[in-house]
Amino acid sequence: MSENILSIQDLNVDFQTEAGVVHAIRGVSFDLKPQEVIGIVGESGSGKSVTSLASIGLLARSATTTGTILIDNQSVTTMSEKELSNLRGTTVAMIFQDPMTSLNPVYTIGWQIVEALRAHQKISKKEARVEAQRLLELVGIPQAEKRLDNYPHEFSGGMRQRAVIAIAMANQPKVILADEPTTALDVTVQAQVLQTLRTALEISKAALVLITHDLGVIAGFADRILVMYAGRVVESGLVDEIFYRPAMPYTHGLLGSIPSIDSVSSVRLRQIPGSPPTMVGTHTGCPFAARCPLRKEICLTEEPELKLVAASTNSSIGSEHRSACHFADEVVEMPVASMFPDSSEDFSEESK
Amino acid sequence: MKTNVTAETDVKEDTDLDSSGMSGESRSQWALARRRFFHDRLAIFGLIIFSLIIIGSIAEIVLNPSGYQDLTGDYNQAPSWHHLFGTTTIGIDLFSACMKGVLQDLQIALIVSVMSVVLGTTVGALAGYYGGKLDTFLMRLVDLILVVPGLAILIVLSNQISGKGNASLYLAFLLGALSWTYIARLVRAEFLSLRERTFVEAARALGADNRRIIFRHLIPNCIGTITVNATLTIAGAILLESTLSFLGLGLVPPEVSLGMLVQQGEEAATTQWWQFAFPASILLLIILSVFFIGDGLQSALDPRKNRARS
Amino acid sequence: MRFVIRRLTISVFILFLASIFVFLLVAFSGDPLAQLKLDPRTPLATLQYRRHLLHLDLPLWERYFYWFSHAIRGDLGNTIAGLPVSPQLVSHMVITLRMVLVALVFSVIIAIGTGVISALYRGKFIDRTITFTNFFFLATPVFVTGLFLKFFVALPINQHAGKILIYTDGDQSPLADGSFFHRLPDYIGHMILPTITLILATYATWSIYQRSTLLETMDLDHVLLARSKGLSRRRVLLRHMLRNALIPVTTVIALDFAALLGGAVITETVYSWNGMGSWFLEGVGNLDVNITMAYLLVTAVFVIVFNLLADIAYAALDPRIRLS
Repeated sequence: MSENILSIQDLNVDFQTEAGVVHAIRGVSFDLKPQEVIGIVGESGSGKSVTSLASIGLLARSATTTGTILIDNQSVTTMSEKELSNLRGTTVAMIFQDPMTSLNPVYTIGWQIVEALRAHQKISKKEARVEAQRLLELVGIPQAEKRLDNYPHEFSGGMRQRAVIAIAMANQPKVILADEPTTALDVTVQAQVLQTLRTALEISKAALVLITHDLGVIAGFADRILVMYAGRVVESGLVDEIFYRPAMPYTHGLLGSIPSIDSVSSVRLRQIPGSPPTMVGTHTGCPFAARCPLRKEICLTEEPELKLVAASTNSSIGSEHRSACHFADEVVEMPVASMFPDSSEDFSEESK
Repeated sequence: MKTNVTAETDVKEDTDLDSSGMSGESRSQWALARRRFFHDRLAIFGLIIFSLIIIGSIAEIVLNPSGYQDLTGDYNQAPSWHHLFGTTTIGIDLFSACMKGVLQDLQIALIVSVMSVVLGTTVGALAGYYGGKLDTFLMRLVDLILVVPGLAILIVLSNQISGKGNASLYLAFLLGALSWTYIARLVRAEFLSLRERTFVEAARALGADNRRIIFRHLIPNCIGTITVNATLTIAGAILLESTLSFLGLGLVPPEVSLGMLVQQGEEAATTQWWQFAFPASILLLIILSVFFIGDGLQSALDPRKNRARS
Repeated sequence: MRFVIRRLTISVFILFLASIFVFLLVAFSGDPLAQLKLDPRTPLATLQYRRHLLHLDLPLWERYFYWFSHAIRGDLGNTIAGLPVSPQLVSHMVITLRMVLVALVFSVIIAIGTGVISALYRGKFIDRTITFTNFFFLATPVFVTGLFLKFFVALPINQHAGKILIYTDGDQSPLADGSFFHRLPDYIGHMILPTITLILATYATWSIYQRSTLLETMDLDHVLLARSKGLSRRRVLLRHMLRNALIPVTTVIALDFAALLGGAVITETVYSWNGMGSWFLEGVGNLDVNITMAYLLVTAVFVIVFNLLADIAYAALDPRIRLS
């Protein structure tokens, strides 16, 4: 028995497509302790979403999965569909990216919350409705009683996402997986929804996997960060270490692309040139090599392992600073993002 | 690995096209579509059957140009090597007649298909691109044509067919005038969604006029839909034409069509089964093969769209 | 409610346009007195009298107005033989409708059933079988299905049994009498083959459409969310996939109602039913304009009513439409 609420070991996910086998996830491992918040960062297509879908057993049938995923010490990969549906909602819940599409348009908000409650609790419709109203109030929806009878299209984007959060916490899950929960929302609403999510965690005492491509979202929220690139974890560690002493050029690139109000004058916005590799077939070398300004001969021939950063100050088990770069120990000493060229183009586009 | 490398470039180009929405002159996209089509077993099956029937009918017409009306003197003969499909009550070789019917039906169907594409694309494009009152007017027109079953309209107008000198051409025009509505609706729908896309905005910002946008940017993006439905229109036209001929309202002798042969075979169906079975089977096979080809094209050209099989 | 009224207004408008369309179509399809004129013995007075009876001596728009204003009051004019059209229409319509409506109900059930099974077992043997069967019936002309069932299924069975088990001719036995319930088995016996024929000609498109709509629904976010809530497979399928997939399917079924009526014309011909279709064919053959126009107008009314029902069903199923 481990104390971890979610434990992923050596996860590999392949998709069969007509263009060939796509290796969406390659050897991802991490653990999540109760009530811990872990952030997974990376560009789209880096395998973040696939990791979360795999954790709740929702991958498409064209996927082949190897490795182990334990949620509350139960193996998700070997479960029957029936066991999975007992697990979903009660132990693990999920929040999807686009609240415009993740609620069923033909049922009222109240109906959909009640449905979630009654899937796992033996309560009457009336009791469930009272509970649904309480949940809506918890996530900060005014006039909750009236709002129960609204359809999703009568809610704003931010309110819908709150409703989705209410559904997620309906059965007090131990883990919530949030896949880009604020990406589809207006910037002004993002902070409110994050605050709602924080409240939901405090009340339900759930652990959270927060998936995003936006380091800014994670900054004040997560305890630890995993940086993913091309289906692998390329750097992991405590938030402060990743932010102030990144040991992987890709992480430097991500940090360089966050606009921040107080640094506008001193640090220019930088961007990572090029785009992520396709994940079809097999590759040799570091997947980031093609875009890396520090690329050396070895990067093209040998794929670096995710290993401890020697200069790391933290060594507590599970949250050590690790990096998949041949030159991690040199990179970690460089000023953040200094290796990338300045981008003089408008940065509003890049921060998206 | 070599195969992987090619696969990779294909996917990349494909996604690039998707994201930019630029008009599809990319060679690799067509190559990918072709490969999808040739990996589709039913589509290949359809293509083979269709080709066999066409080769058979052309060969028969070339080798035996008047076979479909020659009285052989063999009455009601069962199929044999001499008469592959047997003979009719008045002694016509049924194989010859069927093959002639195939050519006749296909000729009509092709005209119908071309007409539907031209009319349907024009109306759909105008309605979808300009919108507003023009759109309302054209779509009401389409609604109106769809309000009465196409078959009933044809039956009413059939009075005119038999009297005409060039009956098959007249029939083809009638069918064409009724068959374009489907393509019009689909093209309109595509135009409605395409005209808001960034590449159209970009083209407009660069000073392209409406004509250029329609012909260089929008229509090329509808080629897939149009091709698929042009194929399906062929099947639909053969169905309609044979139905009319079966009712005795389409073509009349000495012209030959498959529907007419089925109708002639009906009376003898229980005793001389071949007189019904062969024309009916050829009719069924040719429509089925066209459907398979159309469905194969659909999945090859637009794999994300809904389709019958997957 | 406002939605229904708005739809109703549009329907009435379309019906009005349709009546003009129907009238012009028939007016230009041929001269009803052509046969009479060909006969040199027809006295001029008779010709003129007949022309007057059919109002052919009036200008086109006056003729239309006369016809339409009477039609909306239920008077569809007289046949060439001088009998009123409306009662004939009703008696033929009853015969056709009982076949068409039964076929419609069964087609919908079969289409949804096969479509769902095929989507759930996507790529499996049963899916391939269903899909191939669907294509097969989609490609088979109605008259081929009808004749095949008649000559190669029903007749051999009857021959084998030595008596008529499955009726192949007519909509009822010629000398049937007695109460309605007494005749009911006879009606049903005659309905079996034509209805099966019509079902086979109709259900396939819907089944294919049901399958593809359901497959599209399968990967939608709200279905993933429903599954992530821990709902049973059955509940996800019925409440979140099928429920949403029914919305577009309803529309397609309603739009195909015209095709169903067209199919009925062929089915009636094949099985010598004395329904609306054969009545119409006869009317066209005799250049009996009032019969032809009556058929076309009534067909248009059916199609429009069906589209209206579909619109209402659409709104009932989709709150986004209902509340906008």
